[in-house]
Amino acid sequence: MAYVAVKGGERAIDNAHRWMADERRGDQAVPEISTAQIAEQLGRSVDRVMAEGSLYDPGLAALAVKQAQGDLIEAAFLLRAYRTTLPRFAATSPVETATMTIARRISAVFKDMPGGQILGPTTDYTHRLLDFALEAGFTPQAAEQAEPDLAAMPRIHDILGHEGLIEADQPSDAEPFDITRQPLAFPASRDARLQSLARGDEGFLLAMGYSTQRGWGGSHPFVGEIRVGEVAVEIEPPELGFAIDIGDLPVTECQMVNQFAGSRTQPPQFTRGYGLVFGHGERKAMAMALVDRALRASELGEEATAPAQNQEFVIYHCDNIEATGFVEHLKLPHYVDFQSELETIRRMRADAEREMAHESQEAAQ
Amino acid sequence: MNGYNFAYLDEQTKRMIRRSLLKAVAIPGHQIPFGSREMPLPYGWGTGGIQVTAAVLGADDTLKVIDQGADDTTNAVSIRRFFARTAGVATTTHTAEATIIQTRHRIPEEPLREDQIIVYQVPQPEPLSKLEPSRAETKRMHGLSEYGLMHVKLYEDITRYGHVSISYDYPVMVNGRYLMAPSPIPAFDNPKMDMMPALQLFGAGREKRLYAVPPYTKVASLDFDDHPFRTTRAPQVCGLCGSGVSYLDEVVTDDKGGRLFVCSDTDYCETRRAEGHAGTELAA
Repeated sequence: MAYVAVKGGERAIDNAHRWMADERRGDQAVPEISTAQIAEQLGRSVDRVMAEGSLYDPGLAALAVKQAQGDLIEAAFLLRAYRTTLPRFAATSPVETATMTIARRISAVFKDMPGGQILGPTTDYTHRLLDFALEAGFTPQAAEQAEPDLAAMPRIHDILGHEGLIEADQPSDAEPFDITRQPLAFPASRDARLQSLARGDEGFLLAMGYSTQRGWGGSHPFVGEIRVGEVAVEIEPPELGFAIDIGDLPVTECQMVNQFAGSRTQPPQFTRGYGLVFGHGERKAMAMALVDRALRASELGEEATAPAQNQEFVIYHCDNIEATGFVEHLKLPHYVDFQSELETIRRMRADAEREMAHESQEAAQ
Repeated sequence: MNGYNFAYLDEQTKRMIRRSLLKAVAIPGHQIPFGSREMPLPYGWGTGGIQVTAAVLGADDTLKVIDQGADDTTNAVSIRRFFARTAGVATTTHTAEATIIQTRHRIPEEPLREDQIIVYQVPQPEPLSKLEPSRAETKRMHGLSEYGLMHVKLYEDITRYGHVSISYDYPVMVNGRYLMAPSPIPAFDNPKMDMMPALQLFGAGREKRLYAVPPYTKVASLDFDDHPFRTTRAPQVCGLCGSGVSYLDEVVTDDKGGRLFVCSDTDYCETRRAEGHAGTELAA
């Protein structure tokens, strides 16, 4: 019998890559999809990839989606790996969502409020019937347009804050934590947690947020407000001394309002959970807000017993790039360790068999 | 490679990693948190080891990369290519020729020298992780040198099985102070770490930790006086080079229980064969 090396090597890798590229293209009789088509027509995928890849660039995100054959976690990974090589020119000022250009803004806690409810582009009230007209190709009618309402739309805590019914913002001039440059330690500060959640896996956060609704760390949430729109991004170069607008960024923001029974030092008031993601991503923003609030349990003097309230559990496991890497690394060869396990289990079985033989011998005597 | 810095990472990042490595060398076996970067290879594929190698690699270094002891496993090939492409350094498969050896799951059979660095890829830097999931808690335990939990685990193994059941990633005490995960090398390799002349660096990218064992540092595998640490290997000799002391892979040759045992360290095996040693498989 000849020794067969079951090993990869350079040629196997090259051939595998060529095969993959061929498979990605699919049947060449079908027209190739362009990144512009992906960016324009698969916007939710692109938004999700930008959020979890934590880089705002629809063009690159569309390229990542194409390169990853529509595998959104793989696409987010491509974007992250690119992001890590980029130089940092400046940090922006905090974005001001109170003055953003609103495309959609709804509150579940008021029938109406200053600025009004704006339904915007949403699937919320569509009937989920497969639309066969789309399959044939379909040119929609242009949406009706109104003049943009330039009046600032107050946020939920601006409305409830006057009575002290809801916790106020805690303004801070401290340099924010940067999870892409600094290793996390626990307990983690809220800025570090929010950064982790903002690029955390949508599915994981959805499940965690959902678990709080089903009694695993419940906090009686209400959607204070969801707003979707474009926010101005500004930097303030030290040599200029004033802020300059470098562009607009589409974001989705969710303010969740939660009950709080009060503590010895604080009277009862509403507390908040916060979610903010790139692009249009209401599910993610809401889940993030639920989880953010759940993770504040210790800070608010609540007993932290549920998984969603456990910082280490949530933050360490919400990153799908880390998770997919470590889960999938099990595909790598582990035969050296497996060999040591084989030897150990053989030894243990030999010990056990000897013992059993000894016992049956004794029983026979 | 066009558009990328030498060895991929930018100089500031490499400096940050080197500073963390200096700390790690100064406190042998102690885990140093570092600002681990996203790499173009997936987490779990050696991102920690790659960052450490990138930080210590110079243009005149010769790099060897092994996975499971072999130079030609796909992941070893991929990482070796990564540095050949981004740093343009010389690469080798010969342990003796390498100045830096990046490894996953093995220490080469050939003893390493003072002028060599071995970089381990580490999936889980926390040796207590299977006993205590919270890092806040294990950090405290390390601070207090409170390792009773691990001794209890070993003791329970001995009472249940008659010996310790850990066969790889077998915990070690470094310099008599810190409990350390040697990375998932077989326990067979643990004794090689003790008083090793080469600098040993460990990188865990996903967990964002670095640690180190400086040259000639005591590394003791945990045991009890009446149950001393023992290594295991398959009792066979290598079918290709006839070595009776190397760590062996068990290759399944048919579905009737046929097995071939060969050295896991491919360079060691090839060197021996070049020297004229032959196992039963080659002699036949």
